[in-house]
Amino acid sequence: MFAYTMRRLLMLIPVLIGMTLITFSIVHLIPGNPAQVILGETATATAIQDLEESMGLNKPYPVQYTIYITDLLQGDLGTSLRSKSPISSEIWPYIAATFELTIFAMLFAVFIGVNAGIISAWKQNSWFDFLAMLFALIGVSMPVFWLALMEQWIFAQQLDWFPSSGRQNNRDPMEPITYFYVLDSLIHLDFARTITNLKHLVLPSIALGTIPMAIIARMTRSSMLEVMKSDYIRTVRAKGSGQFLVIYKHALKNALIPVLTVIGLQTGVLLGGAILTETIFSWPGIGRYVYEAISYRDYPVIQSGILVIAFIFVMINLIVDLLYKYIDPRIKY
Amino acid sequence: MKLKFSFLITLLLALILVLGACSGDGSATGGETDDEPTENGSETEDIDESDATEDDGEEQVLIFARGGDSESLDPGSTTDGESSRVTRQVLESLLEFDKESFEVKPALAHDWDVSEDGLTYTFYLEEGVTFHDGTDFNAEAVKVNFERWSDPEHEYAFTDDGYVYSMYGTMFGGFKGDEGHVIQEINVVSDHEIEFVLSRPLGFFLQNMAMTYFAITSPAALEEYGAAINENPVGTGPFKFVNWSKDDSLTLEKFEDYRVEGLPKLDRVVFEVIPDNAARLISLRSGEIDIMDGLNPDDAVGVESDDSLVLHTRAENNFGYVGFNVQKEPLDQLEVRQAINHAIDREAIAEALYAGYANPAKNPLPPSYMGYNDEVVEYEYDLDRAKELLAEAGYEDGLEIELWTMPVARPYMPDPETVAEIVQSNLADIGIEVKIVREEWAPYLEKTLQGEQQMFMLGWSGTNGDPDYFLSSLLHGSNVGSSNRTFYENDEVDELLDQAKVAIDQDERAEFYKQAQELIAEDSPMVTLVHSTPVLATTSSVVNYVPHPSTSESLAEVELQN
Repeated sequence: MFAYTMRRLLMLIPVLIGMTLITFSIVHLIPGNPAQVILGETATATAIQDLEESMGLNKPYPVQYTIYITDLLQGDLGTSLRSKSPISSEIWPYIAATFELTIFAMLFAVFIGVNAGIISAWKQNSWFDFLAMLFALIGVSMPVFWLALMEQWIFAQQLDWFPSSGRQNNRDPMEPITYFYVLDSLIHLDFARTITNLKHLVLPSIALGTIPMAIIARMTRSSMLEVMKSDYIRTVRAKGSGQFLVIYKHALKNALIPVLTVIGLQTGVLLGGAILTETIFSWPGIGRYVYEAISYRDYPVIQSGILVIAFIFVMINLIVDLLYKYIDPRIKY
Repeated sequence: MKLKFSFLITLLLALILVLGACSGDGSATGGETDDEPTENGSETEDIDESDATEDDGEEQVLIFARGGDSESLDPGSTTDGESSRVTRQVLESLLEFDKESFEVKPALAHDWDVSEDGLTYTFYLEEGVTFHDGTDFNAEAVKVNFERWSDPEHEYAFTDDGYVYSMYGTMFGGFKGDEGHVIQEINVVSDHEIEFVLSRPLGFFLQNMAMTYFAITSPAALEEYGAAINENPVGTGPFKFVNWSKDDSLTLEKFEDYRVEGLPKLDRVVFEVIPDNAARLISLRSGEIDIMDGLNPDDAVGVESDDSLVLHTRAENNFGYVGFNVQKEPLDQLEVRQAINHAIDREAIAEALYAGYANPAKNPLPPSYMGYNDEVVEYEYDLDRAKELLAEAGYEDGLEIELWTMPVARPYMPDPETVAEIVQSNLADIGIEVKIVREEWAPYLEKTLQGEQQMFMLGWSGTNGDPDYFLSSLLHGSNVGSSNRTFYENDEVDELLDQAKVAIDQDERAEFYKQAQELIAEDSPMVTLVHSTPVLATTSSVVNYVPHPSTSESLAEVELQN
């Protein structure tokens, strides 16, 4: 297990190097001179030239890449062209925001998705099954931005139950510590604020969690149905176990392995930043960070941002692989 | 493992492609309209009260929501409007613009003198003013700031950290050592008197001094923060900087020792980023924010009919146009350009696209500007005349022209795609077949600079309220290859613009500009489409808020009332 983990971690190195090469090339293939984009339509030619020089963009690509990699090896993710601040210090609040949102979105998705899937399998072809799978189908195909705007319109504007944007009450902002705002408010022992911050999470979590929820529900259902047909379930039943015990104790564990893969992949995707959700709910996450960087042609941020996203993605995969063993001890690495 | 790796790469490529595809029309989002006016005024008040109780009752906190975040809080090294909107509250310039116009008023300098020859400007500075860090504001501080912008070698220029003061270069003709650089010397006469000696007269020198980009930073703070000054602004303004969570919120608080007694009224101002226009309006309606910038013109009607909201418009300070590359066939023929000008229905465009919040333009200068020539005869929408002109040019049988379409929305052009389609159908009426060309924003700007286009769409927004910034930038021959994308060169016009630039008497300058506009109109290097008046909304509890045409207004006098 340890050796396996180490091997996987070592594999990260070529993956990340490949990643830097790809992002670097693609970023430089995007048409458009960053100096021109930053200065806009009112820029003069000399201003553009000055800015290019000061950003080091007039150097040949291999030189730019070497500088980038050398800095990277020293733990320096580069400096944002737009804000002139070091990315390594700038990126954390964005990552924390995305993690926080992803955790709540996935909690929602997994809890509802797995249970809906189980009940659908249990009561196969019942009205619940049809209804749940219909909703799952709608959920998978629903445009996120539409769902997000509808949520805002109904729950923020009409009913006024939840705030429509942001991470906290900005009239009275709090001193961030970890940048996980819910956690921060707990550290401050300010529980009224915890409630406020949780309320800010509700609408974006639902918007972001809907698609994974639908996928998980469908996956759980089909996986459950398959397991339920297997011999050992028949044996358990023959021993006289009740339906609830059969499902939650015996069938679920085996049915969960493919579901876990889906959960892992979906978590990775969400952590990569959900640009639409983050934009509509003005949630300052990693997706917005990279997206804004693209419109500014902020090369270092695009490169490092994607690198960090890729890193997170690989780590989530690793964790999922390690979890398999916990669920099914028969698995050997 | 192998499979996962390739999946990862595929996913990454897909991500990059999607991001790349999205990047062009970033600011064009928000087309979803929210046209349901609601009657939940009472609920809005509820949330205001509950928020207020959380803030120990009496604090006045205003939330200003906008579409994008600031780039930098060092005013000199940015040209970004979202940045100067914030720095306007924290730092002050020697002069400032009047509330609703570009008329120059005293700020850190209470008075000034100009020498006969227009080469020496003396400013008398306010006494007893302190920066937010407690150090004194004086003539030496002003000098340090100007030297920092003009001299890349200056210890506070932070050139190695990527600081470029492009607005300074544009407004003062370059940097130290450049031939065109206009500020020759800065002399500290006494603690509160400073003298600027120019190498040649500059007609809009005072206008420049009122720009938010040339606001004075505390030299002690430059020393303390170094290149991190862009995240730690220290000025003399009504509000001082507290903190900034990027792409989220930026908080300022009242500066107790502000030089004007009784101001500011608010205890705190928070600038919040809500990228989507429709979502921002929902936040305003539910009382989470107090002021929203960037309202869709289509939503203005809904805001007006809502008692809990107030609609504001900014005075026009921009103009959108369809430019001709006058050096390319067939647009090098005057008749063709005039024919197209007669064939485009400006009124219809202003009405259809800006929901009436725009006026048809006849000059490349907003009407409120000094020297605006109202006597210029506009090109009337007249298809017969257009066809006649085309026939004169030898194109009775029609012709084909490319029109380059902007990929991003701008206040002067909120929906470029539709404008392009209207132009296309207008010109089809006189037998011109328009082919629409699409490019991404950065290549669009670069290629139009190099003259690859025939017709193109673009616009211009003012910063210092001077006609020179519009007319010279867009149409002076020396700016071909820089900001003059029509490649229009007329020696007579150039001469007039040059004279206007160096004249000191403002009436004389106005006269030059008027003559220039007449010649420009005759030559028809562009179809001047519209001047738009951007709309924004506040809740009805916001009082004394006056939007400035430059988009950066002081919030010192704004109050919240219930």
